[in-house]
Amino acid sequence: VIPSATDATSEPVGAEPAPAATRAIARAAAGIGLYAAVFGFAFGAVAVASGLNVAQACVLSVAMFTGASQFALVGILGSGGSAAAAVSSALLLGVRNAFYGVPISHALRPRGLRRLWTAQFVIDETTAMVSGQHTAHGRRYAFWTTAIALFATWNAGTLVGAIVGHKINPANLGLDVAAPAIFMALLWPHFSRARSRAIAAVSAVTAFALIPLTPAGVPVLAAAAVAVAAGFAPPATEEETSRR
Amino acid sequence: VSATWTAILVASVGCYGLKLAGVSLPDSLLNHDRVQRIAGLLPVAMLTALVITDLFDTNDHYSTDLPALAGLGAAAVALRLRQSLAVVFLAAVAVTAVIRAAT
Repeated sequence: VIPSATDATSEPVGAEPAPAATRAIARAAAGIGLYAAVFGFAFGAVAVASGLNVAQACVLSVAMFTGASQFALVGILGSGGSAAAAVSSALLLGVRNAFYGVPISHALRPRGLRRLWTAQFVIDETTAMVSGQHTAHGRRYAFWTTAIALFATWNAGTLVGAIVGHKINPANLGLDVAAPAIFMALLWPHFSRARSRAIAAVSAVTAFALIPLTPAGVPVLAAAAVAVAAGFAPPATEEETSRR
Repeated sequence: VSATWTAILVASVGCYGLKLAGVSLPDSLLNHDRVQRIAGLLPVAMLTALVITDLFDTNDHYSTDLPALAGLGAAAVALRLRQSLAVVFLAAVAVTAVIRAAT
């Protein structure tokens, strides 16, 4: 999940990327924006089906603006979990954004007040886009085009989804599988590492076993405990990667 | 203020605080092996658990939702074929919706 730190200092300052590179970034950002519109629609519909109102769904997409945490929060609240379990799950899933801040700070070098608005856009997609760029200008351009496209479409999608969600049953459209499908997509690259596969397997078994025993939300928090426990121990052999 | 609003506001402010900490704290605080390992494993563990509870948990009881499982299977096929997130999303949603409509 953590992209490797970029070395923005090791290149000519102010190097302008070729127009083709700029166009490629804009195209990729537009693609992310399109997917965020549909995924945002699913979030809005699922949030309303989970018992939130339209305003609450929209405030989440504007203020929290990090999809996995949003889906975890509404999922746990909707299945009758406590507010404490819902909030802790959202926060623990948001921890990764703090670590994305390291490569993003290296790439954009936000200073003073700029940090306040740059921070809100430090999420999976912007970090991935920045890590794919090799010039200072390209990184900045990638970050902001992705941030603006994603913020606009994620929030517009949420609003429409929340309004439509009042009139339809999201399950009839299959929208309830949107979140697990996207979570699986986020997990997919990790499955090439033996250690991540092992953590995922232990987490899956732990969460499954706890379903009938604990209130909603606790199986997800128990998985967080699995990650913390595993992370305390150093990897047995340094980064045992699979042979694929 | 309702419990739902409180949860939304507390979690939103907290998530923003985490993002702000990331771009504000000195690297040295976040660049510890153990801290980075835990941070890298947290989403792997929690997203897996969320997929499991989304699929098998209905009000703290086991349940199986075959159309949803089929939808996730379609998503896995799309991922295996290296499709974009939009395709993965649409495959999962469409397969689930079609099976539900047909049964």
